Amino acid sequence: MISVQQIHKKFGKLEVLKDFNLEFESGKSYALMGPNGSGKTTLIKIILGMVIPNAGDILVKGKSIKGSFAYRSDIGYMPQIGRYPDNMKIGQLFSMMQDMRPEIKKYDMALATEFGLMDMLDKPMHTLSGGTRQKVSASLAFMFCPDILILDEPTAGLDPIAVEILKTKIIHEREKGKLILITSHILSELDELTNHAIYIHEGKVFFNDTTESLKDITGESKFTTAIARLMEWSLKKKQIKTELSHV
Amino acid sequence: MFKLLKYALYDIVKSRFALLYTLFMVLVAISIYQVSEDMSKVSLSLLNIMLMIIPLISAIFATTHFFNNLEFTELMLAQPVKRRDVFLSQILAVIFVLSMAILIGFGAPMLLWGADASVLILLAIGIGLSVIFAGLAFLASVLTRDKAKAIGISLSFWIYFSLVYDGFVLYLIYSLADYPLEKPTLALVFLNPVDLGRIIMLMQLDISALMGYTGAFFQDFFGSAKGILLSSAVMFIWMILPVTAAMRVFKRKDF
Repeated sequence: MISVQQIHKKFGKLEVLKDFNLEFESGKSYALMGPNGSGKTTLIKIILGMVIPNAGDILVKGKSIKGSFAYRSDIGYMPQIGRYPDNMKIGQLFSMMQDMRPEIKKYDMALATEFGLMDMLDKPMHTLSGGTRQKVSASLAFMFCPDILILDEPTAGLDPIAVEILKTKIIHEREKGKLILITSHILSELDELTNHAIYIHEGKVFFNDTTESLKDITGESKFTTAIARLMEWSLKKKQIKTELSHV
Repeated sequence: MFKLLKYALYDIVKSRFALLYTLFMVLVAISIYQVSEDMSKVSLSLLNIMLMIIPLISAIFATTHFFNNLEFTELMLAQPVKRRDVFLSQILAVIFVLSMAILIGFGAPMLLWGADASVLILLAIGIGLSVIFAGLAFLASVLTRDKAKAIGISLSFWIYFSLVYDGFVLYLIYSLADYPLEKPTLALVFLNPVDLGRIIMLMQLDISALMGYTGAFFQDFFGSAKGILLSSAVMFIWMILPVTAAMRVFKRKDF
């Protein structure tokens, strides 16, 4: 469904993604992991067209995203930090986003209702707490029943009840056969929500396979320890490199 | 596009700035109308204030608006809309507020106390300068990631076109006083929108006689149909150029 082809991105001198290739297929849910600054958010922003790569191409549903914008109506995106116009009220924000997608008439307001947002539609965005903003972001991502869901640290800042509601919703959507892409640092959560692990290290794909084979390869029975092992390996690989270069 | 513009306008019209700026314009116009009865004196005083204030406020306001609305811009970029439309809706909203402030602020007192053609040209020049400096400010904003830096660049545009450039032209004329400089100065005027606006306006008033031979030459040029056409065309190019340059950068910018 999404095909990342030889993406290359530099910020100044810093190479964030080098010759980056990935395939995301529908019906699978992916855990995108990696240390801070490994390029996860950049990859997501490139898929959304917010960051423009220096080279390479992205195909969404078989079509290149270059110069295209319509494909974004197939993507529900929940940003890491949802930032919204201060003067706008929640209800206005919802109706504005609905206005941006005139072709979609059916709205999935289940998440907004469960989060209790429907009772505070006339609250301005700048009065909301960080957690409530996250709830708004989540509701917007799921509102248009998109085929692709990209969730950047979805549960950060949410209270335990809201986390459960969101997780149930994600699992529910996954069972409908949608493509789900989640980045998070909370590994237990990724274990529950995803069946495919992608580990990025220094702008390259270090691991890309199902969760089962991850456990097999690392010889660990738990997802969290398997990932910890993977991180160790990736760091060791770096150390060996630096040691060699000193010789 | 129109939907985006609607939401951008909705946000900007509600801001306190729109109201304050309009009020300020009204106050300036009223006070000048109180001082003199003579229409051409009024236009001249309004012109002098306008040429200083409008570029400054347009530049500062457009820059701060761009950065204050960065969240909105980022939000829109993740939606199924064109990048071009996101940019245009932002800058058109800014231009709309700036122009309305001039139209209402200067226009309302004119309706009350009368106006002539020269005052209408004054309004047009004010709007033109607003567009130019809003465009330059957006250009400065898309070229940097830092708000303070962008404001600095916008301010230097203002200082350059309002002060430095005039000093440079004066120096040139003074040191080359022995040569016929009518045509070079005409060309130099076209390279600065603030000066261009000033000259177009001055030629509408009957004070060019005070400016000697160059004044007569300018009167001859800007009074003719060819001159009017050319100067408005150049003004128009000045309005389009920064906006398109800023849009080109915006289309390739990372958010």
